[in-house]
Amino acid sequence: MRATVTVMLKQGVLDPQGEAVRHALGALGFEGVEGVRQGKVIELDLSEGTTEETVTEMCEKLLANTVIESYRIEMG
Amino acid sequence: MKAAVIVFPGSNCDRDLAVAFRKAGFEVAMVWHKDSGLPQGTDIVAIPGGFSFGDYLRCGAIAGRSPVMTGVAAHVARGGYALGICNGFQVLCETGLLPGALMRNAGLKFICKPQALRVETGESAFTQDYAAGQEVTVPLAHHDGNYVIDPEGLAALTAEDRIAFRYLRNPNGSVDDIAGILSANRRVLGMMPHPERAIDPAHGGADGWPMFTGLCTALVAA
Repeated sequence: MRATVTVMLKQGVLDPQGEAVRHALGALGFEGVEGVRQGKVIELDLSEGTTEETVTEMCEKLLANTVIESYRIEMG
Repeated sequence: MKAAVIVFPGSNCDRDLAVAFRKAGFEVAMVWHKDSGLPQGTDIVAIPGGFSFGDYLRCGAIAGRSPVMTGVAAHVARGGYALGICNGFQVLCETGLLPGALMRNAGLKFICKPQALRVETGESAFTQDYAAGQEVTVPLAHHDGNYVIDPEGLAALTAEDRIAFRYLRNPNGSVDDIAGILSANRRVLGMMPHPERAIDPAHGGADGWPMFTGLCTALVAA
């Protein structure tokens, strides 16, 4: 089974990399990009029966820094 | 006086830090990250700069969960001293031994240059040999030194006089120009600039040296 964890900077935390991407898109002539936020996707291959609760614990302990980041888990 | 310098795969300021502590009169033990504890009688533990575990996941994230950090946390809980420089500061924030976090520099570029700082407090073993308000120049070398903390946390740091150093002409976007902070008991210091790279006039300046003499004085008395 697989879990996909998406880690993003929390709303309100300025994302300098996202801002740079937004500027670059503007420089390429793409109009109307009002905001870009950059995050990461972590795919976990898990043994059968691993619970979402365990994945949450992984996020809290290592995969996300909850001071500045939020995370979303999709199982399966 | 015993100092323990932690070594992670990818640490690159560990020897510089050991040289600085030895010059100040400390006996120095290099401690590998897989060791479960610190040497008996360690007075201060130092976490060096570098790129532990290649900065994978987040700077300091994997180092912060390595076996030796359990010993470091126990040392700090006992009231022991700890110093984290650059990647060491990131590790201390990742483990929660210091509040806040360090993000990518606002300008996105790696910064490597001498940096002017203001010493904001003389009230710690790390800064007692500086005068509060003194301006010093210490090398900077990082990609992720943009310090962030929530407004409540910042208010607490300010009210408790725990901001140890501020940048003059903020190079990386750090909130309130913060370059280094102290723990609530003032025995843990994390900072992005590298005092250990400025301990001898041959380095181009020795403005980092008073940190090591201050620690020496404090720990001899302790």
